[in-house]
Amino acid sequence: MDMKPFIIKQISVFSENRPGRLAAIARALEEDGINILAFSIAEADGFGVVRALVDNPDKAYRKLTGGGFSVNFTDVIAAKMRDQPGGLYEIARILGDGGVNIEYAYAYSGKEGAVLILRVDRVDSAIELLLKHGGELLKTSIFH
Amino acid sequence: MRMWDPRIEEMPAEDLRRLQYRLLKTLVYRLYSFSPFYHDRMKATGVHPDDICCLEDVRKLPFMKKIDLRDNYPDRLFVAQQEDLVRYHVSSGTTGKPTVVGYTGTDLDNWTASLARALTSCGLGRGDVIQVSYGYGLFTGGLGLHYGAEKIGATVLPTSVGNTERQIELMQDLKSTAIACTPSYLLHMGEVAEKMGINIGKDTHMRTAILGAEPWTEGMRDRIQSWLGIRAYDIYGTSELSGPMFCECTEQAGIHIWGDLALVEILDPETGDPVAEGEKGELVITMLQKEAMPMIRYRIGDITSIDESVCACGRTHPRIRRITGRVDDMLIIRGINVFPSQIEYALMGIPEVGQHFQIVVDRKGALDDMLVKVEVSRGAFSDKITDLIQLRKKVEHKLRNTLNVGVNVELVEPGSLPRFEGKSKKVIDRRVM
Repeated sequence: MDMKPFIIKQISVFSENRPGRLAAIARALEEDGINILAFSIAEADGFGVVRALVDNPDKAYRKLTGGGFSVNFTDVIAAKMRDQPGGLYEIARILGDGGVNIEYAYAYSGKEGAVLILRVDRVDSAIELLLKHGGELLKTSIFH
Repeated sequence: MRMWDPRIEEMPAEDLRRLQYRLLKTLVYRLYSFSPFYHDRMKATGVHPDDICCLEDVRKLPFMKKIDLRDNYPDRLFVAQQEDLVRYHVSSGTTGKPTVVGYTGTDLDNWTASLARALTSCGLGRGDVIQVSYGYGLFTGGLGLHYGAEKIGATVLPTSVGNTERQIELMQDLKSTAIACTPSYLLHMGEVAEKMGINIGKDTHMRTAILGAEPWTEGMRDRIQSWLGIRAYDIYGTSELSGPMFCECTEQAGIHIWGDLALVEILDPETGDPVAEGEKGELVITMLQKEAMPMIRYRIGDITSIDESVCACGRTHPRIRRITGRVDDMLIIRGINVFPSQIEYALMGIPEVGQHFQIVVDRKGALDDMLVKVEVSRGAFSDKITDLIQLRKKVEHKLRNTLNVGVNVELVEPGSLPRFEGKSKKVIDRRVM
């Protein structure tokens, strides 16, 4: 099975943990008309990582790198959840039973339902497991 | 006892100078004959031992710098054979390589005698309990003071550094009358003691502190003396000279440099010419009696001035005033010498961080705290926080191993640190002395 269509490029931006850094990132994206579909901030003592799914990852990468930011692409998957009790459990259980470790995750709940974005240790196994158990994954083609 | 060795300590200035000249002449002949390093240096400078005809002729001799110790690592500056050495000490170099010093039995005897005179001059002797809270080991402070204190018949309490509460308990229980440590560590002890409900001035027998291995000020002396009720004396030395060697006497009017062991010059750091007596300049020392690792015109890098007059205590040997600065960018962190170039060298081995860095030195309580900011390389960072924390730990570990002193590391964004703006931007020292 071709996993590629389901592997989504998340942009990860290294940021010092001080006022104005998120605003600087967000403004850069706005300037180039890049829309943020989901994002999260992970923080440690003194620094953090801003992780985002954007509608045009390559453009965002160029824009942020050009602005002096330290940016990486990370492979993640985005699983649709039932937006009702037990929705998260279904996905977490499938991955857990399959021995796939979730390194981090964040979610959004929008008009078309809830989506869980996952960074896992074994991307291919995660995709295979979720699809096999009737899960639905967002395709990378929805991005530019 | 007022003096350990009155014959030497009260020697008339003229006799002392004659002795110095004789020792210098012998030293230069010995090195010209037996040390390939000094032989080549003197040849390159165009000076022969026969050119040394008076004490002032020391100025004809070539200088030595810390970089010479690094370039000749580990033992190429030694004149003695390994079997004649009885000890090594090791201190930090300016880059990756440390500085190794070796001692013959006579070298240790001279070092110990120097400290016996010094400790006696600040009123210590038989009956005193001297707590040595300098680090024992590769650092010269602990073992140096240890043997000096034993020599004068004092009882030594070799606590080394750390475990401060226990040190304070022992200070009380064993009735320590004196302590040798860094001034910041003594202030730290004072704070810890206060938290334990102990006033060092009132609740212990402590009355004398021999403080050195880091820069301090008259302000810190006043604070120590009034707050802790301890007379505080400045001690000076570096591993290249042997270790801590020279100290103030009870007059607290400058550090006596024993002229039979060391010849002092104070020079203009730019021109290398002597400055007038009493004016500030770079301290340059020639060790007149060292056997294993002789030091001729060693540019330590400290700024001070000299007073050649006879001290009120009766000692005729010249005195240097408190060190007021450095000619280079060396920092002293908790008594340990740190060169920014060492940090640069250590960071070069870690591809995930750039070579740019900034050092922020501050005091946390009484103790020095050093923070090194490093830039995370573009693209070399991870989206996982755990990986970044791992990276920070890796940098901290590497720096601690290189510098021999604990360091906190902060990861910052690439391009955010100042570039090419010299020491003032590379090192931010917020310590108030």
